[in-house]
Amino acid sequence: MRKIRVLIGKPGLDGHDRGAKVVAAALRDAGMEVIYTGLHQTCEAIVEAAIQEDVDVIGLSILSGAHMTIFPRVLKLLKERKANIPVIGGGIIPQDDVKKLEKMGVKKIFGPGTPTNEIVEWIKNNVGGKNSPGQSTKSKKSRKQK
Amino acid sequence: MDLIKNLLKGDKLSIARVISQVEDDTGYDILDRIYPYTGNAYHIGITGPPGAGKSTLVNAIAKKLLRESYKIGIIAVDPTSPFSGGALLGDRIRMGDLSLQKNVFIRSMATRGSLGGLSKKTKDVALVLDAAGMDYILIETVGVGQVELDIAQVCDTKIVVLVPESGDSIQAMKAGLLEIADIVVVNKGDREGSDSLLIELKFAFDLKPKTGWRVPILKTIATDDSGIDELVKEIGNHKEYLEKSDEIKKLQKMRILNQIHEYIETEIKRHLRETVIDDKELDRYIEKIMERKVSPYKIARKIMENMLKGG
Repeated sequence: MRKIRVLIGKPGLDGHDRGAKVVAAALRDAGMEVIYTGLHQTCEAIVEAAIQEDVDVIGLSILSGAHMTIFPRVLKLLKERKANIPVIGGGIIPQDDVKKLEKMGVKKIFGPGTPTNEIVEWIKNNVGGKNSPGQSTKSKKSRKQK
Repeated sequence: MDLIKNLLKGDKLSIARVISQVEDDTGYDILDRIYPYTGNAYHIGITGPPGAGKSTLVNAIAKKLLRESYKIGIIAVDPTSPFSGGALLGDRIRMGDLSLQKNVFIRSMATRGSLGGLSKKTKDVALVLDAAGMDYILIETVGVGQVELDIAQVCDTKIVVLVPESGDSIQAMKAGLLEIADIVVVNKGDREGSDSLLIELKFAFDLKPKTGWRVPILKTIATDDSGIDELVKEIGNHKEYLEKSDEIKKLQKMRILNQIHEYIETEIKRHLRETVIDDKELDRYIEKIMERKVSPYKIARKIMENMLKGG
């Protein structure tokens, strides 16, 4: 069975990574492989890491208020690299912005107080390998192999 | 096929996808097809206890090799939880400045049940990076203790990283980790005790039987690149030694033999699990074994005989 791989990133300047770590640990405990990039990452570095690690979903934690800059930038870079990886987010993000971000193409924003199992379930139900970049070629390949 | 063509050209998206397929056991036909393009990369293994600075050292070595315009592949292995099956892969944190370099590809892997310090698929992933044109492949193990020595099967030059807290010369004389070292590094060399560890290690290695290669014992401070030039020079010396003495051929032969054995073992196990062993029948056997009417070995032999009869 394919393991779900998730990248958890902290883009930009805010140094509060407790939330990101809590989420990373919860996803690990749910059996996923979590790549944690550490603090102060550029959008470029996060997108590059997500591509090289072939993750099924990117989770960004932003508490600095820069979400309206960072999310669009990550989405744009992914598009430029032709990488079809869904992006989700969490942090201090006002409801109005949540709507705007989801319209822009961010798949889901999890606000403060979200139980971690809600995030786990969402990932299992919505990405679980289906949208993974490697997936489409994979089914073809394994058939040929038999 | 485009995926393979792009992989051979070094396209990162394609490399990443092929690696996933290899990791998930669906990539064997791709490996068959790219195999003729492999055999050019030099494999460097970095192993040592948790927190010794392996990732930081890998970062420093890679930066140095990049300056000499080589292409670098990095495989960083972290442990899978035996309880949840999940893993937290955090080696990239120490390689922040590298990931955007054009000539670098970094991949984190979880051990997925292997106990030898690497994942079972590490050498297959290394093949993918080899085919993609990497000159050097740096492989970082999980933090190891004394007997996790998979790296010896995969790498040409094995670097064992220790820190001043690693113990005394008796530790160094025990069987295991240090026996596989081609180069020993005492990292965090600015800490107290590093010089005495260096002397004790030199003493311990002097007691070992002489071979054609004398294991250098170096001091580094990976966080500020100190000692890295010398380390990379010694890697070059070891490479030259392997190539001149034909040792590299021996290593390659051993590696191929292991690959064949391992693949056969995996397939036999899968075959046993999926087609030969009938779970209900096995349950009945286990009952009998628990009543001490028959030994588990006898049942195991019987299952194997069935398999061989079935072909």
